[in-house]
Amino acid sequence: MTDVAIVGLGLHPFGRSPSLSGLEQGAIAARAAIADAGTEFKAMEFAFGGSQDGGNADSLVNLLGLTGLQFTNIWNGCATGGSSLNAAYSAIKSGQYDMGLVVGFDKHARGAFNPQPKDWGLDDWYGETGLMLTTQYFAMKIQRYMHDHEISRETLVRVAEKAFRNGSITPTAWRQTALTAEDIEQAPMVSEPLNKYMFCSPAEGGCALVLCRADIAKNYTNNPVLLRSAVVRSRHYGSFEVFSPSQAPVVAPSPTVTASRAAFEFAGIGPKDVDVAQLQDTEVGAEIMHLAENGFCEHGEQERWIKEGATEINGILPVNTDGGCLANGEPVGASGLRQVYEICHQLRGTAGQRQVPNAPKVGYTHVYGAPGISGVNILTT
Amino acid sequence: MQTQQPLHPGLFSWPDSPSQLLGSRCKDCGEHAFPSQDSCRACGSERTEVVKLGNAGKLWTWTIQSFMPKAPYLTDETPETFRPYGVGYVELACGIKVESRLHENSANSLRIGLPMELEIVPVRIDENGSQLMTFQFRSAEAL
Repeated sequence: MTDVAIVGLGLHPFGRSPSLSGLEQGAIAARAAIADAGTEFKAMEFAFGGSQDGGNADSLVNLLGLTGLQFTNIWNGCATGGSSLNAAYSAIKSGQYDMGLVVGFDKHARGAFNPQPKDWGLDDWYGETGLMLTTQYFAMKIQRYMHDHEISRETLVRVAEKAFRNGSITPTAWRQTALTAEDIEQAPMVSEPLNKYMFCSPAEGGCALVLCRADIAKNYTNNPVLLRSAVVRSRHYGSFEVFSPSQAPVVAPSPTVTASRAAFEFAGIGPKDVDVAQLQDTEVGAEIMHLAENGFCEHGEQERWIKEGATEINGILPVNTDGGCLANGEPVGASGLRQVYEICHQLRGTAGQRQVPNAPKVGYTHVYGAPGISGVNILTT
Repeated sequence: MQTQQPLHPGLFSWPDSPSQLLGSRCKDCGEHAFPSQDSCRACGSERTEVVKLGNAGKLWTWTIQSFMPKAPYLTDETPETFRPYGVGYVELACGIKVESRLHENSANSLRIGLPMELEIVPVRIDENGSQLMTFQFRSAEAL
């Protein structure tokens, strides 16, 4: 069977673009990815796309051209990009198509998301009494984790510091100002123990990738990146998830653990082989917990890892080299694809000031979202 | 006297005093759920029964909601009268952990392992003038 390659990268920078709709930001990213592959939209045999608040992804054909391609909308919460990539991977791997597009975009209102209970199988009381906030879940998960695994507040601060430091050398980042530990420590508390600079914000933006059969990839780029696995998993009974009025007595591994294990097994690669990673960091606690959940270190080991700089750009496992969600914000439909976009630049050696040294060859991306879903991609040169 | 009624039926025994949380128990695998549900989230069985889950537990994790949430949050508060509230998971005797608002709303009054007890508190006045009630937990430790 053929391998699957990524040959085109496109991004409309995340942040705020008052003059552009979400759809237009998606179109800009799609055109950029197609141009990066040196081809045209009419060469796309299929597209998978998704957006939470930016409209139907397949409306993009009105902006990109009515070519008659198969365009499938994907909506899978924070794992939308991962699910789109998984679908594209299967479409090419199966032999059905040779080349296609994956695109995600979004345009969220300012402030925290306000999900509706009914959309998540819950009754109105849950939202009306003030329990329907993702921020609370993340705060309570890291609160328990800090208790169980002796993670300090200093470690929370260090993760935020790294994010904004990496953002400051990423020309497309939304937050490009480095912050000191003191700036971060003194920010207003949002949801104990996490304060304003420890959470990412809903944002706007678009990201797109062109994929094709690996054996024709050199027709489009000199440095294709191979998509070695694209896995999405949902939660098991007992994993501690967002929007859960109750949790089971048993504690089961999160969907991140199961997605990660499946992705490594599928790719025939282990955590120690990974040179650079993007881990879902909707808040600093998530990055800390996801380091262990994805198999890169033991639970509790993050305290020492982060103190010693293991996750810095020149560390043993650089994490969120573009500043992650913390410095880029989170347009949900596009966010997972931004992670892949950054890893592709790292593997191509085109990441500029934030380039990981010694020509990284294996990259990893991970998203986690409501109501307990995770997507993992493994990429190699 | 103002009438009172539960914000949502079936969450807690009403008008018992003291009230207990209501949940479901699977007749096949024995797992509990809150709120009660007709099928079991652990094994998928459709044989469940409503049971009382008690009114006490231990705090498993917690946070403080510092800002007033957007809709669907619906109380009688205004941005001016809003007060931060605690949120936590309370581990009950049957083993499940129930998410709840907490009476306490400061970091120095909450800790993992704190014994907690159920109380029934008002949420808002509805369009008929009835006071709608919900559950929350508060510290059971002697002050």
